[in-house]
Order: sequence, then structure tokens, then C-alpha cells
Amino acid sequence: MIWNETIECATREEMKEIQSVRLAETVQRIYHNVPGYRSKMQKVGLVPSDIQSVDDISKLPFTTKEDLRNHYPFGMFTVPMSEIVRVHASSGTTGRPTVVGYTRKDLNTWAEVVTRTLVMAGVQRNDVVQVAYGYGLFTGGLGIHYGTENLGATVIPISGGNTQKQIQLMQDFGTTVIACTPSYALHLAEVMTDMGISPHDLKLKAGIFGAEPWSENMRKEIEGKLYLKAIDIYGLSEVIGPGVSCECECQTGMHINEDHFIPEIIDPETLQLLAPGELGELVFSTVTKEGIPLLRYRTRDLTRLNYEKCACGRTLVRMEKCKGRSDDMLIIRGVNVFPSQIESILLEMSETEPHYLLIVEREGNLDTLRLLVEVQEQFFSDEIKMLEALRKKITSNIQSTLGVSVDVRLVEPRTIERTAGKAKRVIDNRKL
Amino acid sequence: MINKQVSVFLENKSGRLNEVTRILGDAGINISAFSIADSSDFGVLRMIVPDPDKALSLLKDHLFSVQITPVIILTSPNKPGALSRLLTILSEDNIFIEYIYAFSMNENSAVIVIRPSDIDRCLRVLEERKDELLSKDDKYIL
Repeated sequence: MIWNETIECATREEMKEIQSVRLAETVQRIYHNVPGYRSKMQKVGLVPSDIQSVDDISKLPFTTKEDLRNHYPFGMFTVPMSEIVRVHASSGTTGRPTVVGYTRKDLNTWAEVVTRTLVMAGVQRNDVVQVAYGYGLFTGGLGIHYGTENLGATVIPISGGNTQKQIQLMQDFGTTVIACTPSYALHLAEVMTDMGISPHDLKLKAGIFGAEPWSENMRKEIEGKLYLKAIDIYGLSEVIGPGVSCECECQTGMHINEDHFIPEIIDPETLQLLAPGELGELVFSTVTKEGIPLLRYRTRDLTRLNYEKCACGRTLVRMEKCKGRSDDMLIIRGVNVFPSQIESILLEMSETEPHYLLIVEREGNLDTLRLLVEVQEQFFSDEIKMLEALRKKITSNIQSTLGVSVDVRLVEPRTIERTAGKAKRVIDNRKL
Repeated sequence: MINKQVSVFLENKSGRLNEVTRILGDAGINISAFSIADSSDFGVLRMIVPDPDKALSLLKDHLFSVQITPVIILTSPNKPGALSRLLTILSEDNIFIEYIYAFSMNENSAVIVIRPSDIDRCLRVLEERKDELLSKDDKYIL
């Protein structure tokens, strides 16, 4: 089944027409409502009428997470706050979250695109969807929630955590679709085994997994353990949240809802547009959003685009699973972590430059973050209890700022390797 | 009296303690007394050496985290009950001890290293109540 066949199966020409009209309208709206955008465009000598078609898109300046941070919290909103009915936020690069606002129409758009993606994954009205993404400022939970309601399926808004109860409800309520991070799906499988429950006793048929990178091997493992079809969903709060793109049952790339979010692939170094099929950084222009429309927003995710028609019948362009990042952001159990955030937390505590190393491992099925901190003089105390207190303080400051648990180890000075005077900050040992 | 103790941060890894003792040995610095306090993955080496400032700069040159910590060193009789008599005085005056270590010098006397929470007050108390310590023929030397 296809939720919106007119759009999802449109010809390339039809799609370009829709995108062009919406893009031109969005540029007009942003130019006249957001001073920051207007001055950016004026700097490169652009007026809104220069953007007539989607082919003109590369004339526009880029938008970055930095822009959102500089205009914290609401400076990039295009409408007055009276029009904003909800905000979400994700972690930013230095502790300040990235804030996004939605008008009522934006929430409808979001529900629509999520519904499309659920239908791509094979979800129907009679399904029972257990949403185990976190509810709250994070877009995962509420995004899938309203898409499920919009489809008319039954939603179980259990949110994240509480694994035994999750499994209990799967059994009691006859859950057919689970939505969570892929690593949590594997954790669910493990706990199920511990509880003596076989996936055969459950009715799961599909899993909507996203918010962190995962591999084809992980897909095989999840499908083998939970007896369901593991579907990859992609999104980021700046663009709208989950539902930017999603796999169909063919599992051959994620269909981008490109009538709302126009994708481009650029070279992250030269910022030049790359040809279809080339690997580069994914950039989105949102062309229907009212609250915080973004032009050429750099996602920092590396991927490829495929414009071939899919075996499922959809013509929506497909993006590959993300191959990495063009910045140093790490995704730990669905939480975005920048090494610079850790650095600023340590700086606040010591006033001098800290030396640290982040080590990411996948132990069992969960990502673990270990932080080595060199005990320079500013941290050193002769008393073990002071050192233990220091370690606890670093741990809890990171936990409360980033929302991710970390195993802090105090190490001797110069333990952490420096290359050309610059310390290496991250070792990612996850085999994705 | 108040002495300078050299404190060194060490990870719980083989060879680290020996690295410190080798550096000091090569420089001809004798270690009079030491102790190690440890947690699950690191420890603090505390040493009494004849030339603490030299030891400090030497270990700093070798990139150790090291500092000088003031401690009280006293000599006590090497016999049952002697340490208890000392600790009774300190606890009666509400002196908290962060850490303490001791070793026997010979059959007659032992050396005690104390790191109290308030070093000046501790010293004052010991001076004031010196007479109580010096009962019979016992000798406590501050």
C-alpha cells in the first residue's frame, strides 16, 4: 500500500514542478521574515526572484547548526510565537540545545510524512504500534506517535526504557510494530530471552528503527532474533524529526519525502554540488515548513542519492544508510554527542585546557562511552576521596548536560597520544 | 613537625610504581617512607624523601602529576598502645585524619606520618598535650 500515491509515485518532472513552486514561495517568505537569512542572501547578492526553480537551489547560502545556535532559542523562527504550537530540541555543540518550533500546519505535515513512512514499512490501520522512542524534547517519540494516529493504527505511547514492561505489553497488547533505536531492539531481544519469552509468542511483524547509525549485519541480527522486518527510518529535528526518509519493504534505500524536504549532496570540503550517486554530505531545504524553514541545511551526514524508480513503485528519491559524518559528532544510544561538549564541561571545572579521550565501544548491543581524563595539576589531589569526587562530578555533569552515561577514568598526564601536538579526541571502536 | 610529603598520581598499571622509584633511584634520592592509596583504577603514591623539592621537579620533568603535601611526622615508641594513646588525644580534640601511615625504625621507635584535615590545629594540639604523651619513659618526638 502507498499512502499518497500522487506524490510518492510522481514522475521526476512532476516532482520538480512541485519542489520549484514551493521553494520559490519559501525563499520569499524567509527573505521577508528572517533578518539573518535576508542579510545572508544580500551578502551574496541574491533577491528572492532569483530563485524560480529547484535548479536555482545551489545559488542559496547554506544553513548550519551554528546558525541555529547563534540565534538561540527562537531567532530563526519565521512566524510569531503565537503561531508556534510546539517546540522540540536536540543537543547542540556546546551545551546549548538546537531548538525547533512547529506551527499547527507543521505538525500536520509531520504527521503526514511519518504516516507515509509507516505505510512504507508495511504498517496498516489494524496494527498496534509500540513507540519506545523517548517522548519529550527529543522528536522521536511524539513524531512517530502522531504519524501512527494519523494512519489510524493503535499507538502504545510507552516511551523509552523499562524493558521488562515493554516486553510484557508486547505480549499482553499484541504489539505488531515496535519503534525504537536498533541497539535497543537488540537489547529487547536479550531481555526477552532472559524472561523466557520467545519472539514466536509475540505478534511483531515490523520494527521502525532509527536515531542512530546501524549496519546491514545488525539488521540481520535483529531480524533473526525478533522475527520481524527491520526498517530503517531517518530524520533530524532541524528538518522535522523522524519521517524525513524511510525504507519501504524492499529495504533498498530510504525514500525521502522530497516534496517537503529537497535533498542535495555536496562535497563537504569544496561545498560544490555532487552528481547523483556520488558520496557526499546530505543537505536539505525544507519547502513547506512554517515555524522554522531551513534552506540548504547541512546535516553533516554522508550518503548517496538514487533517483531510480523503486521496485515498490515509489519514485521518491532514495538515500543510502548514512556512511558517517563530516564532523566529529557521535551518536551514542540515539543521543548526539560532540567532543567539544565534553571539552567545555571539563573546561568549566578546571579553567585550563583539559586533555581527554573519548572511546566508544559496542558492548553486547549497547554503545558505551568511556572518557579518559588526564589528571593534570589542576585536577590532582593527594586524597583519593577528592579524586573520586572529581570523577563523580565529571560523570554527573556529562550525564546531566548530554543525557548520556559515561564511564570516566582518570589517567596519568601524557597517557593520551598527541599527534603533531594536537590530541586525538575520539576513538570509535564500534563495528557498524 | 610539619614535613613535605611528595604525592604522585599513578594509574593502576604494571610498571608505574617502578618508574617512579627508578627515576628517584637514578637521581640518588632515597625514599624514607611511602604508602599507596588506591581506588579501582588509580592510586596515589605518598613518599617522604630527604629532598622533596628536588623529587618534585624531577618527577614533573618526567610528566607525572605530582605535588607537595604538608604532613606531620612524629616518632613514637615502638610498643603496644603507643599509637592508641596518640589517636585518643587527636580524637578527643576532634582532629580528623585524612590518612596515616607508619613504620618501625628499630626495636624502640616508630615513625608516624599523619595528614590531618586541619594541620595547624593538629600540630597545636600535639604541642599542648605533649606531656600526656610523654608518660613514663616513652618518648614522642614531634
